[in-house]
Amino acid sequence: MTAVEIAAAVRSGQRSARSVVDEHLDVIVGGDADIHAFNLVAAAQARVRADEIDGAVAAGRDPGPLAGVPVALKDNLCTRGLATTCSSRILEGWTPPYDATVVEQLHNAGAVVVGKTNMDEFAMGSSTENSAFGPTRNPCDTSRVPGGSSGGSAAAVAAGFAPVALGSDTGGSIRQPAALCGVVGVKPTYGLVSRYGLVAFASSLDQIGPFTTTVADAAAVLDVIGGPDARDSTSISEPQPPVSHTLADGVDGLRVGVLTELSGNGIALDVAARLQAAVGALESAGARVAEASVPAAVYGLSAYYLIAPAEASSNLARYDGVRYGLRVDGPSTPDMNTATRSAGFGDEVKRRIMIGTYALSAGYYDAYYGKAQKVRTLIINDFASVWEQFDLLVSPTSPTTAFPLGERTTDPMAMYMSDVCTVPVNLTGQAAMSVPYGVGDDGLPVGVQIMAPALGEPVMFRAAAVLEASL
Amino acid sequence: MRIGMGQQRITRAECAHVAALARLELTDEELDRFTGQLDELLDHVAEVEALDLEALPPTMHALPIANLLRPDTPGEVLDRDEVLAQAPFAEDGQFRVPPVLGEAP
Amino acid sequence: MSDEAQTIPGLGAPADTEWETVVGLEVHAELATATKLFSASPNRFGGEPNTHIDPVSLGLPGSLPVLNEKAVELAIRVGLALNCRIQPSVFARKNYFYPDMPKDFQISQYDQPINVDGWLELPSGKRVGIERAHLEEDTGKTVHIGGGGRIHEAGYSLVDYNRAGVPLIEIVGHPELRSAEEARQYVSELRSILVAVGASDGKMEEGSLRVDCNVSVRPVGSDRLGTRCEIKNVNSLRSLGRAVEYEARRQIDLLTSGQPVEQQTRHWNEDDGRTHALRSKEEDYDYRYFPEPDLLPLDPSTEWVEQIRHALPSLPRDRRLGLAEAAPSVDIDHIALAVERSMDDLALAAISGGGAAERVMTHIVQNLADGSGELAPESLADLVGMEEAGDLTATQAKKVLAVLVEGGGSPQDAAQTLGFEAMGIGELESLVDNLIAEHSDEWSRYCDGDNKLTGFFVGQVMKATKGRADGKAVTQLLNSRRG
Repeated sequence: MTAVEIAAAVRSGQRSARSVVDEHLDVIVGGDADIHAFNLVAAAQARVRADEIDGAVAAGRDPGPLAGVPVALKDNLCTRGLATTCSSRILEGWTPPYDATVVEQLHNAGAVVVGKTNMDEFAMGSSTENSAFGPTRNPCDTSRVPGGSSGGSAAAVAAGFAPVALGSDTGGSIRQPAALCGVVGVKPTYGLVSRYGLVAFASSLDQIGPFTTTVADAAAVLDVIGGPDARDSTSISEPQPPVSHTLADGVDGLRVGVLTELSGNGIALDVAARLQAAVGALESAGARVAEASVPAAVYGLSAYYLIAPAEASSNLARYDGVRYGLRVDGPSTPDMNTATRSAGFGDEVKRRIMIGTYALSAGYYDAYYGKAQKVRTLIINDFASVWEQFDLLVSPTSPTTAFPLGERTTDPMAMYMSDVCTVPVNLTGQAAMSVPYGVGDDGLPVGVQIMAPALGEPVMFRAAAVLEASL
Repeated sequence: MRIGMGQQRITRAECAHVAALARLELTDEELDRFTGQLDELLDHVAEVEALDLEALPPTMHALPIANLLRPDTPGEVLDRDEVLAQAPFAEDGQFRVPPVLGEAP
Repeated sequence: MSDEAQTIPGLGAPADTEWETVVGLEVHAELATATKLFSASPNRFGGEPNTHIDPVSLGLPGSLPVLNEKAVELAIRVGLALNCRIQPSVFARKNYFYPDMPKDFQISQYDQPINVDGWLELPSGKRVGIERAHLEEDTGKTVHIGGGGRIHEAGYSLVDYNRAGVPLIEIVGHPELRSAEEARQYVSELRSILVAVGASDGKMEEGSLRVDCNVSVRPVGSDRLGTRCEIKNVNSLRSLGRAVEYEARRQIDLLTSGQPVEQQTRHWNEDDGRTHALRSKEEDYDYRYFPEPDLLPLDPSTEWVEQIRHALPSLPRDRRLGLAEAAPSVDIDHIALAVERSMDDLALAAISGGGAAERVMTHIVQNLADGSGELAPESLADLVGMEEAGDLTATQAKKVLAVLVEGGGSPQDAAQTLGFEAMGIGELESLVDNLIAEHSDEWSRYCDGDNKLTGFFVGQVMKATKGRADGKAVTQLLNSRRG
């Protein structure tokens, strides 16, 4: 059952939230040993919450648009009373004293949190292999990675553990694992979804978004978690129209550009073929398709791998062994800080903290961080001129299908290249999503990325719905 | 401009300095490995040196979001016991740390 | 050039005539908001440790800062009061590790502060340039346990985050102060301004006002700045004067004995009256400033700034000018003191109510140090009038004033209650004539020109009248009797 179907059944009293939740918890118990999508399964808490929703239905109260829908949360979303680890030793055992805004919103909408999902440590990675608690496996082929960094959330939805999961996307961390696991994944416009309670990786790039099996489910979730939040200064202060309402409006007459810089060089042939098929489907549905060029998009990775680590180096300074999480003792506070951080962070986090510290340090700021921020401007300007001619852009989400575990762990540059298609829109703040569109030569899922200008979610979802229906 | 192929962009010593700034202690093996990996990344990002960026302003925030101000109204405070229960070491309602050695810089 | 040591005004200590002291001050003031700069936990002094905390002020993972509107308003008030340009500003992160800083970075304003290019006028009329006055968040407090509480000998430390996130305004002045006394006057004036505009309570003893002094010395006539030292832990106006004085002396002694001044941060020790080196500038930290991505640029609208400007109360400088105009013959120090005590309104009202300016100001400066209590301006004017008319002596007026401060009312009633009936001149004349008859020896010596005996006769009159007589009137009477 999809999230929309579950909510309808629970609200009408056809099914109890408790039975839905129990059913999903059973699937998790049966299947997660092979997948390791979860860091924590909150079974008892989920059952209590499900009973509350059933009580509300029985009492004639509206339990909300996501009534009884099991939701898995990436383990970088703060949950009051539930450990939040970011898959890092340094936060192991930390239990936040507050809920993230999205967690409150889901709660108020009647959704039921079933657990916290595995991820690359502090969301740094593209395979979920950089987890202190071991990798997550791709439910489509357990010898393959699920992508990352929100690999646990993507795998949870792909494996049927939950119809909905939330992830975070800083450089593709929702879209790429969605593509590799064959599910829908959305990176909303920066500022559409509150970041309050999302443990920061790179503040100017991070956005929270949903994983679902259907486009309609993704729209329903986005309508719940989108909107202004007085606790996030970067939140867009005007409420946006619901995405769900215009899902069925089609693409007739829409101008769709195939983003050439992200669709040719370095893209596997079977992936490129699926993009062509998707373009054909959009054309058949009445879209006018042409090639679109954003020359600066190729510099996205370079800008991203300076900006994101720079912000991260500062965001992750607070893990110092003083207030929460791990402490490794030392004779002085500076020694204790160093011992704690050296033991608590994994290699990839250390690498990025070091890159970022270097990019911001005296004498290098202008050459690295400052320059990356200008490249960001260049990319924004290039996209801006393309939006004068197109309503949407498409490209592959990932250059390849899911790769084998261990293939890129010793080669950070190869891993970074996994993000080449997804990184540009994080730099521009625009909306983008990945829609599953068949499989590659290896039988593994391929995702198509749809990109829209800022706050272009309604139009983006219309195209996603058309692709979904064309399969 | 690159001075030539094989030119190192970051030295082992610079790497060690950066690690110290970030309060990270690296083994010799880690330092060697990270120096190589950081160098490779810096080499890749050097592609932007070819771009003419002089006239462009830096972008901090991608979207023109208006600044948000908060009314000066007191809200909820955290429960001290709940917070200190999370602390690695607490004493007398405070967070206990080893000697700090000096004043803040 | 004279060999005699000159005196620094106000301190009375000798200074080298060949050296000039140069002082630039950085003043941190806690803003008088109800909540913190970026979150809703209370901004309140003291309290049980770690009870004024929330996810943001504790820097918990996932928490985000949202700027306090009132703090911005107060910063703009300070900027306007210091004649600054109010400009669009950007918050930045200043990165360094320290346990009392919950995020291990401080949100501050760096290259684009809210207030720039202002000035402050000392009571002397000298203008001191203000480079900037920017917003930033305060840190928590660390207490060192063991080793007598000394930082380097402590066994461990305890951290309280109640103060973390309290809004601060840092006011950076140009190095244009030329003596310890000027530095003292600058901080005193700045404090008066901060209090006047409601930005801060200005309490140095509670740490709501903190001063870092940059001190250097240079040969008189040189226009180059010497190597400076930054002095921290100056917790009162008095220690500010002492610390600057000591540090300037220390640097002059070094230079005159051929040693260089090392650029250092130094700690003022109130007990031994010396500054001690904390660290040298070579250990200067790499703060890796960059724009705070969780906050957007702050761009207060012109309308808002103008609204704040119109609502500004009158500032100490303007109040001094106003009072000086009403009391032109009064010493500028006394005018400044009246303003500092917020008694200029009382003085102005009493003067415009007919009170003689000099007598009004004498009462304010000498007799009202502890406040004006229930004293109404018109009563002060009347009291001064009674003195002028000779109905009350200075001693009596002081006693009457104390009654008015205590319980209000009119000076006439108070004088009557105290038994200070005006003494008719006829009564005084017969009293004096009786005394002359009783003390004929003294009288003849007085008539022969022994003026010391004036005191004797006045004293006798006072004794007989229990102080009711006006001393001046008695002297005049004695003179006229002498012929």
